[in-house]
Amino acid sequence: MRVNALFLGGIGVFFGIIGLVYWFTSYEDAGFLMLVGASLLGLMPGAYYLWWSRHMTALEGDEPEAEVSDGAGVVEAFPGSSIWPFLLGMGAFFATLTFIFGWWLFPIALALIGSAVIGATVESRRGGTV
Amino acid sequence: MTTTIEPPDLIGPEEPGTPGGHPPVAHHDEHAHHDGPTGIVNWLTSTDHKVIGKSYMITSLVLFFIAGALALVIRTQLADPTSSLVNFQTYNELFTMHGSLMLYLFAGPFAFGGLANYIVPLQVGAPDMAFPRLNALSYWLYLSGSAMMTLSFLVAGGAASFGWVAYAPLSNAINSPGTGTDMWILSLGLTGFSAIFTGVNLVATILYLRAPGMTMFRMPIFTWNMLVTGILILIAFPVLFGAAVLLFCDRHFGTHIFSVQGGGVPVLWQHLFWFFGHPEVYILALPYFGMVTDIIPVFSRKPLFGYKGMVFATMSIAALSTGVWAHHMFTTGVVLLPFFSILSFLIAVPTGIKFFNWIGTMWRGQLSFQTPMLFSIGFLFAFLMGGVTGVLLASPPVDFMTHDTYFVVAHFHQVLIGTTVFAGFAGFYFWYPKMFGRMLNDTLGKLHFWVLFVGFWVAFLPQYVLGLKGMPRRIADYLPSNGWTGLNVASTIGAWIIGASFLFFLVNLVVSWRKPVPAGDNPWDGGGLEWFTSSPPPHHNFTHLPAVRSERPVWDYNHPEHRKVERPEAPATTPERETVGAPR
Repeated sequence: MRVNALFLGGIGVFFGIIGLVYWFTSYEDAGFLMLVGASLLGLMPGAYYLWWSRHMTALEGDEPEAEVSDGAGVVEAFPGSSIWPFLLGMGAFFATLTFIFGWWLFPIALALIGSAVIGATVESRRGGTV
Repeated sequence: MTTTIEPPDLIGPEEPGTPGGHPPVAHHDEHAHHDGPTGIVNWLTSTDHKVIGKSYMITSLVLFFIAGALALVIRTQLADPTSSLVNFQTYNELFTMHGSLMLYLFAGPFAFGGLANYIVPLQVGAPDMAFPRLNALSYWLYLSGSAMMTLSFLVAGGAASFGWVAYAPLSNAINSPGTGTDMWILSLGLTGFSAIFTGVNLVATILYLRAPGMTMFRMPIFTWNMLVTGILILIAFPVLFGAAVLLFCDRHFGTHIFSVQGGGVPVLWQHLFWFFGHPEVYILALPYFGMVTDIIPVFSRKPLFGYKGMVFATMSIAALSTGVWAHHMFTTGVVLLPFFSILSFLIAVPTGIKFFNWIGTMWRGQLSFQTPMLFSIGFLFAFLMGGVTGVLLASPPVDFMTHDTYFVVAHFHQVLIGTTVFAGFAGFYFWYPKMFGRMLNDTLGKLHFWVLFVGFWVAFLPQYVLGLKGMPRRIADYLPSNGWTGLNVASTIGAWIIGASFLFFLVNLVVSWRKPVPAGDNPWDGGGLEWFTSSPPPHHNFTHLPAVRSERPVWDYNHPEHRKVERPEAPATTPERETVGAPR
């Protein structure tokens, strides 16, 4: 966790410095704002990891002397198969096509996305097909 | 559920012909234990990273061949000064779609959606990606975006024709009307989100699902590079998505963000695009750097030279790459030349460290030149040439002279073919046995390499000279009196040689499919965790894991006599000379 914090925090600090140098040498706002965004992208999760690295025991993946048995137990509920990502993807596809070919495609997109959202939620409540 | 395509004749006892000669390390018999959908239903519903990774790889390779065919038409058109093989509008569509398919739909997705999706969870010892359904969604977004971009050839008005960079104001509704253009812009939205989701997945997998003992500084370099690539994706792709939406608003909803008439700024498009575009170059390069970094030690039979140096070089390249976007915009005259020039020059330093370490790894190793190693060495040559000309282009005076000429075309083709094709196919030949449980033919692989290598230099070295002679990019014809004909003919011949080299690859795939040679768990005697499980891996990847005590856990397991001893403090006496390799 500490390595993660340093890694992400380092990104944030680097882009912060680059952003400041860029602003005070160019006064160009688009690039400056994007660099600030990149800096925040590092600083926010970096601070989160820094806080947790001091408030929890190390994950077995961060423990150099960890034994394989330390990782025993349920990692996650991994769904073995699920049709909902496909329907959600197709829904996004039709929603995008709506912008090009007209609103008649929109109900299809809405139906696909709606069914996928409901289906995936129900599946998660069931725990998926692990 | 059945998650792997496996012919019945490969199930059975462990492999006979593993060069390392180690005992079989994994006994899996549960292939048949997961009843689930098969065939097309499996393809539609699978959330297994291995199935999704293979889908990504096959889709991106198909698009690679389509884009390559477009390139051959382009080169054939240019072989004759006044050729009329295609008309100007079609030519514009061809080079736009060649670039777009190669960069947006092949090079990135092949690496982070295909190989990384398959290999990274194996390398960190995870059962799957962190968010399996999100992973599946990202493939469907990628497939629909790819279909949308490719099919835009078929709509009235044809495909987008403004180059893969879509500069404003050329890309506005007046200069580039047509449905195909809209499809191009919105397909960037779909594939952009697919990349973002994959980036999230990779970062979460690498940060949270590492096996016990697999600390950050024991991860294989490919995994390290994919972590950094994932972060870069999260920095760059949202900007592309935003820019595409703004461009679409300009075209259809009456905004004037990129048009001067309404008070907008056309150069803003270039800022947004290249803030995505330059990190994108490294999103395309870093995974491939990681592949060769994993391959070279295996075929040198040495540990990687300078592991931490490699990690920090990757981080510095990624960090610097986000601060150099405007070196593509030197000739606009409105960017800060020294800032972008210095940062661009600085990227050469970590890249040089990487080259030093790659060569240091090979130095005095027991090299064996099997196909993946040959492709890796080909990558070193190709990327060196592309990289050195890139350093030249980072100098504003040189860039002013060569901007938008064939010099730049040659530069970025050498960079991108060096990474995505040479290193990419090195990775493909290297991990194909793991993915499909069978070997690719080494002789055909070497033929593929040598023909490709010759074609590569014949195709692109003349383009440097053409650029210096003043031939601009994106022209469909030129005058015989320009004196560019001979070099263009040479370049076209090279392009066809490159095309021909892939016939060996296709034949190789067919041979390996019709007459499979079982690969076994660890055909190359590799050291990463992916070689510990069966080929192809079972559902959820591992039945058991070795203790991870170094960056080569499987090597430690198979060769306990060579196990690396981690010394907490410096030894009091002079360390003994390494005995790896030939005596001096």
